[in-house]
Amino acid sequence: MPAPPLNNSPSTSRIVALRGVEKNFATGVRALDRFDLDVRAGEFVSLLGPSGCGKSTALRIIAGLSVPSAGAVEWPDGAGRIGFVFQEPTLMPWADVTTNVRLPLKLANNDDMVAVVQALESVGLASFARSYPRELSGGMKMRVSIARALVTTPQLLLMDEPFAALDEITRFKLNNDLLAIWHALRRTVIFVTHSVFESVYLSQRIVVMTPRPGRVFAEIFVDASYPRDERFRTSSEYAGFCRQAAEALAQAMASGAAS
Amino acid sequence: MSQRSLRICLPIFALALVILCWDLVVRKFAIPPFVLPSPGLVLTTLISDGGLLWHSLLVTLTLTFEGFLLAAVGGVVLAVAFNQWRLVEYSLYPYAVILQVTPVVAIAPLLLIYLPQPLAVLACAWIVAFFPVLANTTLGLNSVDHNLLALFELYKASRWQVLWNLKLPSALPQMLAGLRIAGGLSLIGAVVAEIAAGSAGAGSGLAYRIAESGYRLNIPRMFAALLLLSLAGVAIFFALSAISHLVLRRWHESAIERER
Repeated sequence: MPAPPLNNSPSTSRIVALRGVEKNFATGVRALDRFDLDVRAGEFVSLLGPSGCGKSTALRIIAGLSVPSAGAVEWPDGAGRIGFVFQEPTLMPWADVTTNVRLPLKLANNDDMVAVVQALESVGLASFARSYPRELSGGMKMRVSIARALVTTPQLLLMDEPFAALDEITRFKLNNDLLAIWHALRRTVIFVTHSVFESVYLSQRIVVMTPRPGRVFAEIFVDASYPRDERFRTSSEYAGFCRQAAEALAQAMASGAAS
Repeated sequence: MSQRSLRICLPIFALALVILCWDLVVRKFAIPPFVLPSPGLVLTTLISDGGLLWHSLLVTLTLTFEGFLLAAVGGVVLAVAFNQWRLVEYSLYPYAVILQVTPVVAIAPLLLIYLPQPLAVLACAWIVAFFPVLANTTLGLNSVDHNLLALFELYKASRWQVLWNLKLPSALPQMLAGLRIAGGLSLIGAVVAEIAAGSAGAGSGLAYRIAESGYRLNIPRMFAALLLLSLAGVAIFFALSAISHLVLRRWHESAIERER
């Protein structure tokens, strides 16, 4: 399998950009402060920061679920289809797996069942099409949630700490599956996490954020080739990037504490 | 003995004990039937007056059922209207509460002045039964998972798509709980109105029979009618519980047996 082009090649076009985005909540909490982010088409980028640093807020602003108090969201080629995966599976408990995955199409009055079947196959759940969410394990529920996000073939996939609540074995498995899906479908992924290890394993680029109010503290380019697998997880190369990311995060925390 | 058979046998045993004591007391102190009839006399009255009581039961049950249906539809429609239009909620909610907290016993005589008797009974059944449906459904419609709501927003769902595909199904468990309460209450409402109507000397329902038998000191028939009313209430409760269970059995925790 050929490795995808590396992220830092300047030729790829931007899909979305945040320009000086600020977000103040009614409670007086300032979640984001002059936050800038450029996301290139086809890129896998992680937002890494401590909890409460506004990374989820940034994701919701990109999705249009939250309105920035200042600044702008730019879509150079127009806003495309977006898939969103929440921290919890967020499934409808009264509906079976197929109905849950079909939801985005149904809301658009599209009855393309082939897309539903393909989305289920891409997450390895074809044989659970008729199961109900409560009959599935945590990892399987998250797969359903990912299938639902993929069913509209979105240009941009937004993931808000999707694996944070899962056990390590399941998380590693889903990490690999997500990379395989990303590689096969060539979508752009913005992945929010508070795990240094997860961000290094998955992404081409890590944006390290300061504690509240969230600001870009550092950018780390993970120049390691894909496909990545368990060998990468134990390599010295991986350890090096993890050290780099952990140090950046520690400095970001210190800078936040000082201000 | 298993937990399950205990739960069936013990209440039956307790009931048998109470009936036995009741019978013994009536015999021992030779209590006349117009004070306390023996269980056997109640049973024979139930059979001898069967035709009359059965007819009255049907009258009461029909009105109860109609009141319940109106309460179910009215409660759900009003809850949806409250959920969709704030102004409707602000305008009407206080009056729904007032209607609920005013004792129906006090409203019934008034209704009997303005409405024909069956309609007044229906109105009473409706008044007491609609509020739990309204309150529970409103609670259900307002407790939708915020992330699911965000998801519907992300996919640009219309207001009606959100209502139909998200809010109503997610409110279903609370709505069914409300209906279960409403079933028993509509029987109570109908009985209260019939008793009030009975004191005016009109009516044909089971509660009217109770009032009438009271005036005539026909206490065995009073007991027989009361027995039928209780059985009707129990049947309504079980029927609604069964419906609720059937609807929720695939997905809601309340309908799923915990595995150990």
